[in-house]
This record gives sequence, C-alpha cells and structure tokens, in this order.
Amino acid sequence: MFIQLIKRLAPSKAMRAASPLFALVITLLTGVILFSLLNVSPARALYAFFIAPLSSLYGWAELGVKATPLVLIAVALSIGFRAGVWNIGAEGQLTFGAICGGGIALWLHQVEAYWVLPLMLLGGMLGGMAWAAIPAFLKTRFNTNEILTSLMLTYVATLLLSLLVHGAWRDPDGFNFPESRIFSEAATVPILLQNTRLHAGALFALAWVALAWVLLTHTLIGFQVQVIGQAPAAGRHAGFSLNRMVWFCLLLAGAAAGLAGIVEVAGPIGQLLPTISPGYGFTAIIVAFLGRLHPFGVLCAGLLLALSYLGGETAQITLNLPLAVTGVFQGLLLFFLLACDVLIHYRLRFQFRRAVA
Amino acid sequence: MEILLPTLLTIITAATPLLYAALGELVTEKSGVLNLGVEGMILMGAVCGFAMVHATDSAALGIFAGLLGGAALSLVFALLVLGLQASQVASGLALTIFGLGLSALVGQDLVGLAYAGLPKLAIPLLCDIPFVGQLLFKHDILVYGSFALTAAVAWFLVGTRAGLIVRAVGDSHAAAHAMGYSVLRIRCAATVFGGGMAGLAGAYLSLAYSPLWVENMSAGRGWIALALVVFATWRTGRVLLGAYLFGGITILQLHAQAAGVGVPSQAMSMLPYLATIVVLVLISRDHNKIKLNAPACIGKPFHPTA
Repeated sequence: MFIQLIKRLAPSKAMRAASPLFALVITLLTGVILFSLLNVSPARALYAFFIAPLSSLYGWAELGVKATPLVLIAVALSIGFRAGVWNIGAEGQLTFGAICGGGIALWLHQVEAYWVLPLMLLGGMLGGMAWAAIPAFLKTRFNTNEILTSLMLTYVATLLLSLLVHGAWRDPDGFNFPESRIFSEAATVPILLQNTRLHAGALFALAWVALAWVLLTHTLIGFQVQVIGQAPAAGRHAGFSLNRMVWFCLLLAGAAAGLAGIVEVAGPIGQLLPTISPGYGFTAIIVAFLGRLHPFGVLCAGLLLALSYLGGETAQITLNLPLAVTGVFQGLLLFFLLACDVLIHYRLRFQFRRAVA
Repeated sequence: MEILLPTLLTIITAATPLLYAALGELVTEKSGVLNLGVEGMILMGAVCGFAMVHATDSAALGIFAGLLGGAALSLVFALLVLGLQASQVASGLALTIFGLGLSALVGQDLVGLAYAGLPKLAIPLLCDIPFVGQLLFKHDILVYGSFALTAAVAWFLVGTRAGLIVRAVGDSHAAAHAMGYSVLRIRCAATVFGGGMAGLAGAYLSLAYSPLWVENMSAGRGWIALALVVFATWRTGRVLLGAYLFGGITILQLHAQAAGVGVPSQAMSMLPYLATIVVLVLISRDHNKIKLNAPACIGKPFHPTA
C-alpha cells in the first residue's frame, strides 16, 4: 500500500488545531511500547507520569512552578518563530538573567527593603536582553546566523555561572560548596499558596500571555510579525524593517527568558547554583510549537510539558525509571507534532498500487 | 620539541570528531538539506558505539554500531523533512532534543564503565621516521579514516558525476527534478550519510577520545561542526582546516590549564564557543562569499507534485 500526499488548496484550520492532539495520542501509544520495553507496566507508568503528580494540591502548585519559566520563554519564542527569527539560546539568556539579578541579590544581601526584589527582576530582564542583544547585533550588522551564535552563548553563560559560584560568589560560610549565599527575605519572590512553592512568578507568566496576545493582535509591531512571518516579500514591500524585527524578537525573548531565570533563582531555588534549569530554554521551543505559536495555546502546552517534568520525577521515585525518559518523551512529542503537521497542508491518499506517473 | 609532539597529537584527537561530523554535514547541506540535529546524532553514535564495545568486546563492531546509531537517527529526520515536508530547522532541533534524551536513556547503565580505547595501528616503516612517523603514522583506525574521508568527500563532490548530481539537487531542485533525478532519494542518501558520519564522530568520542560514556558528552561539538561548514564556505579543504583550528583551540585551553595559567578553567573552556562566534562573524560579514558557495536550495522543502 502506498500513501500519497496531495496538496490542499488552502491550509486546513481544523488540522492545525487537531495536530497537537494527534501528536499527543501517538506519543502516549509510543510511551506504552517504550515502557513495555523497559519492563514497566504501562498502566502504572502512565499513572505515575500523568495522574500521580496531580493528586494533591502541592502537585498542582508544582505544576505552576514548572510551567512558569516554560510559558514565559515560549510565548516570547513563538513571536520570534512567527517572524522567522530562530533564537534557540533562551537557556543562555535565562542563565545570564539569573546571573545579573542574582548578583544584585548577593550585592544587597544585607539590605531588607521592598525595592530589592523589583530591582533584581529588572536586572534579570536587562541581563537576558543584553545576552540576546549579542546575536541580534551580529545578525543585523554582520549577517551571522542567530541559531548558532545564540546557542554558543548558552554554553558561555553556563560556564560563566559555574565560574562565579565556584569562585567570587561562593558562599563564605558554605563549606566550599559551589553555591552562593541563600538570598535574603527581601530578595525572594513571595509565595502565593502556603506550604507550596507556587510563587508570584506564575502571575507574571499569566500576565505575559495576555500581554503577548494584545501585542500580536492589536499593535502594529504584532501585525508586522505576522506579515513578515507569512510573506517576507510583502513585508519588505510594505517597508517593514527586517533588522528591526530581529532586534525586537530577540530582545523580547531575552527579557522574558531573563525574567524566567531570575524568578527561578529568587523563587524555588533561592540561591545561585552551578545548574539552575533542567533545560527550560530548550523545552520552551517544543512548548512554542505545540502551542501553535499562539499565546493561549502556549499556556496549555506549557502546562503539559511542565507535567512531563513532574511525571518524570514521580516515575523516577516510584518506578525507578531514569530521568532521561522525560527528554525522550519531549523529543518524541515534537517529532510527532511536526509529522502530524503535514496534514495542515496536505491530505493523504491511500492507494493499493503505485500510481503510474 | 618535547612539548610540541604531544600537543600536535592531542590536536589531532580533538579535531577528528569535528572533522567527521562537519564532513557529513557538508555533504548533507550540499544536497540542500540543513540538519541541525548533528549534536543528537553524535550522542547516539557515542552511546551505540560504547554499548556495542561492551557487549561484544569488538572495536570494529563498536565503530559500526556508532555509524548505524547516527544514521538511524538521521533516517528519522529524513522521513520528517523529506517524506512529510516538515520544517527542517524545527525537525533538526527536535532531533537534538530527542537524541540527547534517548542516548541518556540507552546509556544509563554504561556510566562509569571503562574502555581501554581503540588500538593504535602503527604503519610499518613509515612510523619509524623521526617525529613525522610519531605524528602521523601511529593512530587508531578512525584518525586514518578521517583523512581518507576528507579526500573522498573532496573527490566525490568535485570529481564525480554522482557528486555533481548531489550539488545540482542542492542548487536547484526543480532543475534536477526536471532532468529526471529523484530529488528526495538523493537528499535522503546525503542526509543518512551525514548521520552516519556524525555517528562516527560520536564513536570516536566514546571509544578513543575520552574513552567512556557520560550523558551529553559531545558538549556542543555538533553545533561547532555546523558552524565549521559555514566557516568553510561549503568547501572540503577548508572544513579540514577549520576542524584542526578548533581542535587546536580546544587543546590550547587544556594545556593552559595543565601549565597552571592563572585563569579559571571555566573561562578557558569558553574559548571554543567564543572562537566559533568570532569565526562565524568574520565569514558571514562578506555576504557575497556566503551567497557564492552556499547551496541555493538549502533548507527549502521539495515536493515532486507541487
């Protein structure tokens, strides 16, 4: 039997919405096979992954904790992806934001004032923007590929953080562990729900989703993003500056990733460590695509991928499954999503004999 | 002189994985396919090679498993971007994320295991030449293989009919299609070749360079290899030059650390990544140079009936 792709006259809106659901179902089916191969009962594994983490209020709060950085970053990335700006170095922008904001916290560790935290958040955003400004400058001035430069800068930022917590910023009372001081009360993001780790950063993420929707649908720059993404030639004829778009998308993503970074270290972590993110900046790429590059979709996708982190941890504890399973699932989900997206532009024709061309 | 020889030898070992991965990607890109998943394929090659060596105790089978691991992953990529017309950039990123996770999963029981490394094959007579013999003729099979591969790729792309067809497909898929070539099949072959070479790069890392398996052990070499292809403006000789330049930078930082230069190790470890950015800037600055050599159809999807 052969399957032929027949181009649709117009992209299918129904398929654009259905494709993430198809991808999710196929990923789950693959999960069943994968767990069988690992000698784990699929029912128990799926329960551990998707139900057990949400069986308590604490679990739901953790979902918010993990979804916060993912949504913050993915919303901004999706605007860039719409415009064809491939910033894949959000992990580095997150890290540099955490370094800048965290640096302020360490510098002011004896100051107990209400303005310390806002200053840190601002520092984190500016730090992320500064880190993202490098690929933006190189792209607009020297035409350097932003995919490669933003990614290389991720390695540099991670090494810089490691350098600081192993050296100058190491806690003087910390028995030589590579950790900074624990941030003071005034430098910590307030908790929303008592006895959980859900913090005010989650509100930033929600506000950012709404703001991004307004930005995309009700402003000129949002309109330019849509036009340049769908028809670059039309955008050029309309006089939209591609360089300005590169700057806008990268700085926006830098600010969002930097905010995610500082909220993470001033929230659930509470200090600077050599590793502060389990790859949020990369997972956010999956979140952006799964959410159809739309702010509300990204919110849903962010919650789902946050669940995959939680589920991975639960499965590690209860079933002794390796943590790497999470990464495999995330990768598979993006694969299947990209594969199912073929249905947006093509329909399938099943044939029992190869057509004579 | 006493320092020079070991330094040059370590540069060769640092350059070899970059050379494999970049040569593979060069052929893939020449056919018009941009595969950003090199990092994931290297990791799959590394873990498959290492696992096979521990299962069978055979270096040859280990190398072969590495090749297959990278090629298998690239086949998934080919299915997505060639069969299903998916975005090449997004699929490449997916490949890296997936390869990172899958290799960690496959390799969880291999962490901490040791391997003696690939045997060194001294070439009789030639290896007795002072200095040069030591430098060039006492290596493992994969180092010799990387030299042979460089020559083979250069000859294939410029001197053979098949190479011309690959380049034609990459420069104008419509014209190649009109001439009766199967664009998708040729691109698939070039993509799988690139995957296999990335797999060999990984096998070299886990069987000769380190030799051990740790999660994410490629440490960005896949991305540096991608940058090398741009740096080389898609020419084989310059890929060789670039790989050795970056091998040199990697080794420079190791030797500086060993010599006790008063710079923290993390700062020195940034060097290869910073150098990659600098080199990309220097090359990309000249827009015409890129335009002249880059495959015209790179990253563009092709559907025969569209």
